[in-house]
Amino acid sequence: MVKLIDIFKKNFQADILDSHEQQGNETIVVSPERLHDVLGFAKNDPETLLNALMDLCAVDYLGQGPRFEVVYHLYSTSKNHRLRIKTRVPEENPKVKTCVDLWKSADWFEREAWDMLGIVFEGHPNLKRLLLFDGFEGHPLRKDYKINRRQKIPEPLERP
Amino acid sequence: MRLKVESKKMSSVVENNFLTTKLSELVAWGRKNSLWPLPFGTACCAIEFMGAVDSVFDISRFGAELVRFSPRQADLLLVLGTINYKQAPVLKKVYEQMTEPKWVVAVGSCATCGGFYDNYSVLQGIDEVIPVDVYVPGCPPRPESILLAIVRLQEKICKEAVGEKPELYIYKPHSVRK
Ligand code: SF4
Repeated sequence: MVKLIDIFKKNFQADILDSHEQQGNETIVVSPERLHDVLGFAKNDPETLLNALMDLCAVDYLGQGPRFEVVYHLYSTSKNHRLRIKTRVPEENPKVKTCVDLWKSADWFEREAWDMLGIVFEGHPNLKRLLLFDGFEGHPLRKDYKINRRQKIPEPLERP
Repeated sequence: MRLKVESKKMSSVVENNFLTTKLSELVAWGRKNSLWPLPFGTACCAIEFMGAVDSVFDISRFGAELVRFSPRQADLLLVLGTINYKQAPVLKKVYEQMTEPKWVVAVGSCATCGGFYDNYSVLQGIDEVIPVDVYVPGCPPRPESILLAIVRLQEKICKEAVGEKPELYIYKPHSVRK
């Protein structure tokens, strides 16, 4: 069986920054600029056909090079294989292109990643808070968000 | 209209049917024995309240059994569980919709001080948004603690009616944040 990693390496050569595999659990790391192309390829290529975005999340590596990592967990319902695609974005400009055009499920995933970690998804149709309320300041899953920081209590909603 | 009553009969009427008291005390007596609770249950503590209502603990012995789910019909707000920032305005609105006089009991650590949730989403005690009359400690408190809170609240209602200061473990409303 062909490894997914090899398929991507063949097609994207220099854009695959890193890759590893353990017990069939395959991961590739790509640059944020080429991320959308790689995702589009992953979804549509007849060899990979990763048609389901299972999860999208972000990780905060406080104090490291590019601080944030955005992680995509993909699954193919027809081929029954999985792939994890990661990309690193810097603290000053935590931006990646949205993938709502590829998978509709990305809509809420991306809003959650924006809400909790402050990753900006360019081109997202409705990038606003999902779990927290509108007046919330900051992104609480960032490691430098103070644990005892308190927010202003939101006002009661008026009846429409 | 003039009442014509035989003197003997009149004295028996007075003997059997009159009580003298102050109006405020009479009203307080009525209020304390017919509290209508509104449970604002968001977490585990609400299960303890269900225990307090059941036949074993039997909250009806204290006259507070008529659980209402409309703030307009209740005069005792029982906050049972974790209240987070998103719920705070809802809780405040429910409190405001209750008719006067009204009382609030914060049940469990979460409602009194945020419990073990020292984090970005949980309100550190409901007294940040509404005044609280009795705080019940515990995580979760036993149903008896909820019953004790009702007894303490009844004492408070009586004492306030005669102008006495309630005891220390019963808190005055404080720190209402706008
Ligand atoms: S105080 Fe404890 S038992 Fe009560 S709601 Fe909070 S966590 Fe649950």
